[in-house]
Amino acid sequence: MTYLAKPRLHHPELPKNKLGYTHRDYEGAVSTLCAGCGHDSISGAIIQAFFELELPPHRVAKLSGIGCSSKTPTYFLGNSHGFNSVHGRMPSVLTGANLANRDLIYLGVSGDGDSASIGLGQFAHALRRGVNMVYIVENNGVYGLTKGQFSATADRGSKSKRGAVNNDQPIDLVLLALQLGASFVARSFSGDKAQLVPLVKAAVLHRGAAFIDVISPCVAFNNHAGSTKSYDFVREHNQAVNRLDFMPTHSRFGAQAAQGARRLQPGRSYRGNKLPAAARRCGRDRHRTVVRTARCHGFACGTQHRRHSAQRIARSRARSRRRRAGEVQRVVALSAQVLDAVTCNSSSPRTRGPRGV
Amino acid sequence: MQGGSGMSKVSPIRAVNDFVVKFANVNGSGSASANLLFAKAILRMGVPVAPRNIFPSNIQGLPTWFEVRVNEAGWRGRRGGVDLMVAMNPQTWDEDLKEIEPGGYLFYDSTKALPASKFRDDVNAIGMPLTAICNREYSDARQRQLFKNIIYVGALSTLLEIEPETIAELIGEQYKGKEALLKPNVQAMHMGRAYAENNLDWPLGVRVRRTNAVGDRIFIEGNSAAALGCVYGGATVCAWYPITPSSSMAEAFARHCKRFRTDPASSKARYASVQAEDELASIGMVIGASWNGARAFTCTSGPGISLMQEFIGLAYFAEIPAVIFDVQRGSPSTGMPTRTQQADLLSCAYASHGDTKHVLIFPQDPKEAFEFAALSFDLADRLQTPVFVMMDLDIGMQEWLCDPLAWDSRRHHDRGKVMSFQDLESGKEFGRYLDVDGDGIAYRTYPGTHPSRGSYFTRGTTKDRYAHYTEDGATYVDNMQRLLRKLETAKQYLPEPVRRKAGAPTRFGAIYFGSTAPVMDETLAALESQGIHLDTLRLRAFPFHDAVSDFISEHEQVFVVEQNRDAQMRSLLINELVIDPGKLIPVLHYDGTPITARFILREIGEKLAMFNVTPLRKVAP
Repeated sequence: MTYLAKPRLHHPELPKNKLGYTHRDYEGAVSTLCAGCGHDSISGAIIQAFFELELPPHRVAKLSGIGCSSKTPTYFLGNSHGFNSVHGRMPSVLTGANLANRDLIYLGVSGDGDSASIGLGQFAHALRRGVNMVYIVENNGVYGLTKGQFSATADRGSKSKRGAVNNDQPIDLVLLALQLGASFVARSFSGDKAQLVPLVKAAVLHRGAAFIDVISPCVAFNNHAGSTKSYDFVREHNQAVNRLDFMPTHSRFGAQAAQGARRLQPGRSYRGNKLPAAARRCGRDRHRTVVRTARCHGFACGTQHRRHSAQRIARSRARSRRRRAGEVQRVVALSAQVLDAVTCNSSSPRTRGPRGV
Repeated sequence: MQGGSGMSKVSPIRAVNDFVVKFANVNGSGSASANLLFAKAILRMGVPVAPRNIFPSNIQGLPTWFEVRVNEAGWRGRRGGVDLMVAMNPQTWDEDLKEIEPGGYLFYDSTKALPASKFRDDVNAIGMPLTAICNREYSDARQRQLFKNIIYVGALSTLLEIEPETIAELIGEQYKGKEALLKPNVQAMHMGRAYAENNLDWPLGVRVRRTNAVGDRIFIEGNSAAALGCVYGGATVCAWYPITPSSSMAEAFARHCKRFRTDPASSKARYASVQAEDELASIGMVIGASWNGARAFTCTSGPGISLMQEFIGLAYFAEIPAVIFDVQRGSPSTGMPTRTQQADLLSCAYASHGDTKHVLIFPQDPKEAFEFAALSFDLADRLQTPVFVMMDLDIGMQEWLCDPLAWDSRRHHDRGKVMSFQDLESGKEFGRYLDVDGDGIAYRTYPGTHPSRGSYFTRGTTKDRYAHYTEDGATYVDNMQRLLRKLETAKQYLPEPVRRKAGAPTRFGAIYFGSTAPVMDETLAALESQGIHLDTLRLRAFPFHDAVSDFISEHEQVFVVEQNRDAQMRSLLINELVIDPGKLIPVLHYDGTPITARFILREIGEKLAMFNVTPLRKVAP
């Protein structure tokens, strides 16, 4: 991102999506975060994802808590209503908004302090309720606005900029989300847009609680030797075993979007793409084990959890095709990142409430 | 007569349709439903009653009381004192005995003989071997306990001349479709009657006579009425966390909604009631839903209000409607969770850090709780700010005799200033915090309204008139001034205070509010009969209407009657209206029980006497 004012005049031949929007229509105000901040890359990925999904920006409600990460909704989707709430309480505000109107797309942006420390309770309960949302944690392991204190996701033994060693166990939001029954869970890295953009797209189209933990280095306070969330450390420990891709097979996407309708009817099945067979088929427990093993060894692992057997997926897919013209087939495969994971529970719990109050 | 007491030295109290019965029981013994049956039977005979369940904060074993004021004149507050004590709890025997009026009656279980020292010679003791009867009739321990309650209700019906048919009718309604329970209950009631008829002197000096003083009034709890008001007020989202004494309001809302807001065609719920993980989440959900265009509320009590402080400040500063029902209870801290107080006034009026001020409305009874509940959503939408409906346990959890709830079907919800797609499309200027009308209230938009106009960023940080982040001092001051202007505007929408002129000109006035009001009605009538005149003003809202300062300036001394220790309403009046503190005389009742007419009479009487000192005649030199 840039500190320069954004040009008001755009190239007349900027590519447009089916709705006639250019990439610029999905941008927000100029970022005031530090140059090189991982969060700005995530904002960029969100802009890219929504542009490619061809969703009307004003049908998105973006909500956040307090902190560097929570400032970012100002920097994307400028035509969406935004809500910068109080520290650690974004999930409840988002849940309430969801109860009032089921026809918008809800994007919650939070940080590791906001979600794993002060807001751990609300984080847990929003996932437990299966609120229909995309919940992104921009995870840098420190409090940036207050100048570099450890957050609850900082790894044990990692060092602060001033040299203090963190003695406490980290909270792993991905494991927690899995345990709480979130129906879409992923971990990614702000520096890998090729992986992050399709993940965000898949999360947006997922019906239910979709959680993405994005490792997002803090250039000002957590990018030094001894940090486990620096660019160098993450890149060193990031072993790509796959590339993510996302493609709706056939959809009414354009038509729905034009009407300003809600998110697409999700396909509930997921298919690994070029994913090692062992990783492709593993139960939730296995999935957890893999993530835990990866933690112990300090290196990356990619895995996917799904409950359906291949046969069942094929059957349900055929059924869905027959029944619903608007079905979208999502293809999600994984590359390995620092402990990255995508999971999809078969059930898509939804919050109960009135439609369009 | 047992215990060697018998009839008292003082002549027994004689009263028809005007007395107080108090039941002293053990919590968890099933007494509350039997006692309510007793109250309802009297009500069915056309005699107004005011029951109060005074219960402990536990499930089983602690003392609990149930007071029934029988009063044909229709006074609904507590009088003070007890004419007939039904003493069923040995733990509290001594203090219960003390409470009885001279010449009053003591009804007790005489299975075990009690020494004469356990009685008073100015009280008529009526013993009935309830435990012995139950042990003889029933083998099951739980049955012995439950039927004991119905048996004493039966005996009392004979002593007080309550119609047995009416009680049987009520039992029939209660156990409709449960024949197995209906018959034994009716039998137990008659068993109690038979014993009383054959063994006791009846009727007592206090008794019930059928009349027609109830009219078309209804019997309803404030929490249920308020919840119904929310339904009528268009609320579709309720987020709450269980806390006595407000939980029954959220439960009533869900119950009313299930009936009135389930789509008949699809049987889908057109409402959402979410039990949140805590009060922080419940107010967060209310704010999120209101921001997104729903009418949403939460109901809580003092501890919940404390937890919500940060969010309340956000709603105030970012100008998001939110309705909060505070069913106040004994405080501070966990305090007396099942007792009543009016002690959250300051913590609600100035909730959250920084310069904040909020709208409070004070219903006096369930009927007004219904009306104010519906009104609160109009106020919140119109003023785009949190609105507190200040109830208390006495209003919320007790059954009150009220005029029937009424709703004008032509009434429309006031959604306040909201710009629609058409407004934006037609090019109307939108600035989220732009005071276009000069009333301090700006237009808002709901998320998702227009593709390119009207979106804004809601934040708790300082912003300019177009909702852009700023730390500019002048812009901050401009915004804070507008918020004050908005609260000034609020006054015209808030319920006006109710003024009442005394029968004769007086230099004394009294200010009161909320559940104190029904007690004040009775107190004033009593004062008037003693030739003491007081003008009164019943507050119904904060910020105060101009009529409040007028009232105070028109009187030399003004009593402020309230149910807390620190005279919080008096502080609000002094602070907001710049009143000389010496002018406002506090009358404070805060032991957790509802204020009584006798208490106010005594307090005001004593204080008035101080003002009316007659100098001693000087001795001639």
